Amino acid sequence: MTELEAGRAQGLAPLRGGSVLQRYRDVLIALVAFAVLASLPLLTGSKALLDFVIRCSAYGLFATSLNLLVGYTGLTSFGHGMFFGLGAYSFGLIMQKLGVPIPVAFVATLAITAVIAAVIGAICVRLKEIYFAFVTLAFQMLIHSTILSWASFTGGDQGLRGGISRPVFLGIDLANHVHLYIASCALLILGLLGMRQIAQSPFGYTLRMIRDNAARASFLGIDVWRAKLTVFVLAALFAAMGGMVMALFVSGAYPEFAYWTISGEGIFINMLGGVSTFLGPMVGTVLLLLLNDTVTRFTEYHGIVLGVVILFFALGLRKGLLDFVAEWFSQRRDAGEGR
Amino acid sequence: MDLDALAGCLSSSACLVTQTTSGLIIGMLLFLVAVGLTLIFGVLKVVNFSHGAFYMFGAYFAMTAYQLTGSFALAMLAGAAGTAILGLIFERVFMSRVYGADVLMQLLVCYAFVLIFDDVVRLIWGPEFKSMGMPSAFQVMPLFIAGGVVPPYYLLLIGVALVAAIVLGIGLSRSRIGKVIRAAAQNPGMVSALGINTGLIYGGVFALGGMLAGLAGALAAPVRSLTPGMGFSVLIESFIVTVIGGMGSILGALIGALLLGLIRSFGSLGFPLFTEGLMYLFMVIVLVSKPTGLFGKEAA
Repeated sequence: MTELEAGRAQGLAPLRGGSVLQRYRDVLIALVAFAVLASLPLLTGSKALLDFVIRCSAYGLFATSLNLLVGYTGLTSFGHGMFFGLGAYSFGLIMQKLGVPIPVAFVATLAITAVIAAVIGAICVRLKEIYFAFVTLAFQMLIHSTILSWASFTGGDQGLRGGISRPVFLGIDLANHVHLYIASCALLILGLLGMRQIAQSPFGYTLRMIRDNAARASFLGIDVWRAKLTVFVLAALFAAMGGMVMALFVSGAYPEFAYWTISGEGIFINMLGGVSTFLGPMVGTVLLLLLNDTVTRFTEYHGIVLGVVILFFALGLRKGLLDFVAEWFSQRRDAGEGR
Repeated sequence: MDLDALAGCLSSSACLVTQTTSGLIIGMLLFLVAVGLTLIFGVLKVVNFSHGAFYMFGAYFAMTAYQLTGSFALAMLAGAAGTAILGLIFERVFMSRVYGADVLMQLLVCYAFVLIFDDVVRLIWGPEFKSMGMPSAFQVMPLFIAGGVVPPYYLLLIGVALVAAIVLGIGLSRSRIGKVIRAAAQNPGMVSALGINTGLIYGGVFALGGMLAGLAGALAAPVRSLTPGMGFSVLIESFIVTVIGGMGSILGALIGALLLGLIRSFGSLGFPLFTEGLMYLFMVIVLVSKPTGLFGKEAA
């Protein structure tokens, strides 16, 4: 067992108390987190800070959804970014071409993503480990080159320009910066809560079993292929949500959103924060964005700095930050009980 | 889509020759990169995500050596030897720490080096496009074969790659070192119990893979422009090659690379904007019909 797997196994501790109680606790935490985030504009007028949180929302949704695949199911997808790009482009195109209300475009984008993810997933999830990683990467590049070559529809390498109109709905005006900020936070919190429910549900534990021993899960009567496909589609939906937040934020969509580097960053974020805790990817997102913002300010060679940081995590800590902290706490607790 | 251009080319022998040679060039360069990748995967069970960087370094080393000495042969040697040393150091110092670790961990270490190597090249040689220029020995009249234009350098390139393929194939199947390498791929514990230093074999295989990629880069330097990040598209394409041909298979890498080269050169006529997409589509079709690739063995 590698150290990474050992770290994951610890997350398998049986639920103490009722799972209903835990669900209330999750909802409560989510409400408090939302209240804190939503009151931020009252405390500070800093537009940069709010922008930072919006970007964190977009990438956080994406990275956490990737963790459903990587951390919970053991599916190392290297093309998860395609759904981020797909979400951004579908949403932008629907808004530009059809001019429907934002909630309609939102739901339509999720529907489109679900269909495409189901088709791609059906092909991919029967492949193992490294082949799964490659085929997802290939699909990502296929979508990327489709976006580039279908210039009349997607704007090609220029991206989706001309802005996305943001008509007012239910009194929410997303052209207003504070409204956009609140909406992003709400989507982030709702998305995280939804993914938390999936992870803690019996289905979530089925996924962990498939990750740890797919053959045994299959003997127990679980349709492994169907479970993998289901989580593939679910993760794609949350990634598309992240893409939509991004499209709203930049008021457009660019081919880079569908490029493989987004997937690479997603994997990196997961590694940085840790894959054995639910909030690990969220911590990783904040770390990476902070790192990116500060490093680019000081040097144009941010690749070297970023690379060294990755090496520190991969070869030094050998686990993500939150994994490291969680393990440190549990060791301390064990030592305390031993006394 | 421009199917008329494709049909027009297929019916003209001159165009056919030109496109086939350009396809062979792309294919042979890809083969040299991909065969290193497949070799490293076959023996070390590691996917070297930073393999494109060796291609890039090969090209830059060759350019610098050519500018300093003016000798084409020395440039090729610098490209191949420099990347071999780099590969050895990279494997011994970094990659050897993540064997047996999660695939994710290995990918991350390589991802870190993709970022670092690209910036190192930017730091040393600058961010702008560079060109090595065609050596004077090859600045002669192109050959005309059936009406198609074939520069002599292309023939040299195809020849070198073919020689490398044959030497590698025979060396691995016949020579003593080849047998040891194949044994280490099968059962490293047993090999080391027999008194053979497996660490040395791993380092050697990585150096060999890096050298082949570096040679490809050096060979490509006179005909392609050099830029930081040039390794990445080559890396993705050689991944496709190894996946199509089957991970760990040298013959598979050769066939896969040639197929991909021809798809690229003829695809650019028929589907000028979707050439890349065509390659990914081909990979998806192969993987769906035969997940282990054309020449891959069933996973144990």
